[in-house]
Amino acid sequence: MNELYNPWPWYIAGPIIGSMVPLMLLIGNRRWGMSATLRHVAAACSPIKPPHLRYDWKKDTWSLLFVVGVVLGGFVAARFFPNGDVSNLSPRTVDAIAQLGFNAPHGLVPAEAVSLSQVATYRGFLMMVVGGLLVGFGTRYANGCTSGHAISGLSFLQWQSLVATIAFFAGGLLCVHVLYPVLF
Amino acid sequence: MKNLLYILCGMLFGVTLYKGEIISWYRIQEMFRFHSFHMFGVIMTAIATGALSVAIMKRALNKEGGPTYTLAKKPYQHGLWIGGLIFGIGWALTGACPGPLWVHVGVGTLGMLVTLFCALVGVVLYSMVESKLPR
Repeated sequence: MNELYNPWPWYIAGPIIGSMVPLMLLIGNRRWGMSATLRHVAAACSPIKPPHLRYDWKKDTWSLLFVVGVVLGGFVAARFFPNGDVSNLSPRTVDAIAQLGFNAPHGLVPAEAVSLSQVATYRGFLMMVVGGLLVGFGTRYANGCTSGHAISGLSFLQWQSLVATIAFFAGGLLCVHVLYPVLF
Repeated sequence: MKNLLYILCGMLFGVTLYKGEIISWYRIQEMFRFHSFHMFGVIMTAIATGALSVAIMKRALNKEGGPTYTLAKKPYQHGLWIGGLIFGIGWALTGACPGPLWVHVGVGTLGMLVTLFCALVGVVLYSMVESKLPR
């Protein structure tokens, strides 16, 4: 049972995540992916409805039910078997983020930048507002995210998803190695 | 019954993203700096598990009267590159892709609720300019 309380190693977490691909196929012949759920919620709630948001999102109830589970899972895990501060973070990463002016690692996100009270600060605005906008815009433009392209798409051996995965990492590398030092 | 299974699978995924520290902004920083194998181990074993399962299920497909699975294709378009780069930058800024954004709702990371809301606004913005973007 101790394993529930300690953070899980990659060789436990990775295979569980990968098993979502066959599970969704077996349960309902569905292609697993998470970013489409952002589109469904936007289609359901947005006051403006351009063509991209005018479709029958209720046909994809399965993915919204999956999201209900994801939220519940986050709640249950954090409430009943919480992790401590991030374990064994590389000392080099600790140094690198300290040089950018972030505090010593604590919690899941650096609260000195990512919290409600920081929304109107330079860092908070960049990391929450600009970052969030880019995630939403980019996943729609690329028609998928880490789950739908990198995991489902590569599991299906589809080269289009390899293109997307390479672009995701290129964007992340550009951001961490160029944008963070320039902007922060 | 199927509906319950979707919820249960979602829960397993949500718990795993939390317990594997995949929703940690710090882990994403570590990954993009190549300072640890953790995230690469997660992503590579996830793909390997998915690919192996799909390969086995494809064989079941060929049997007559067997189950049918649709390996839906996402067509090529230039957005894979451009949108992919944009998403990658957002991923590194926020430390979260769409799955983790939902997990943060359950965990109760208030700052990430702002991020999630802005991601939804990003979807609407994309929808407004979609017809003008290179495809």
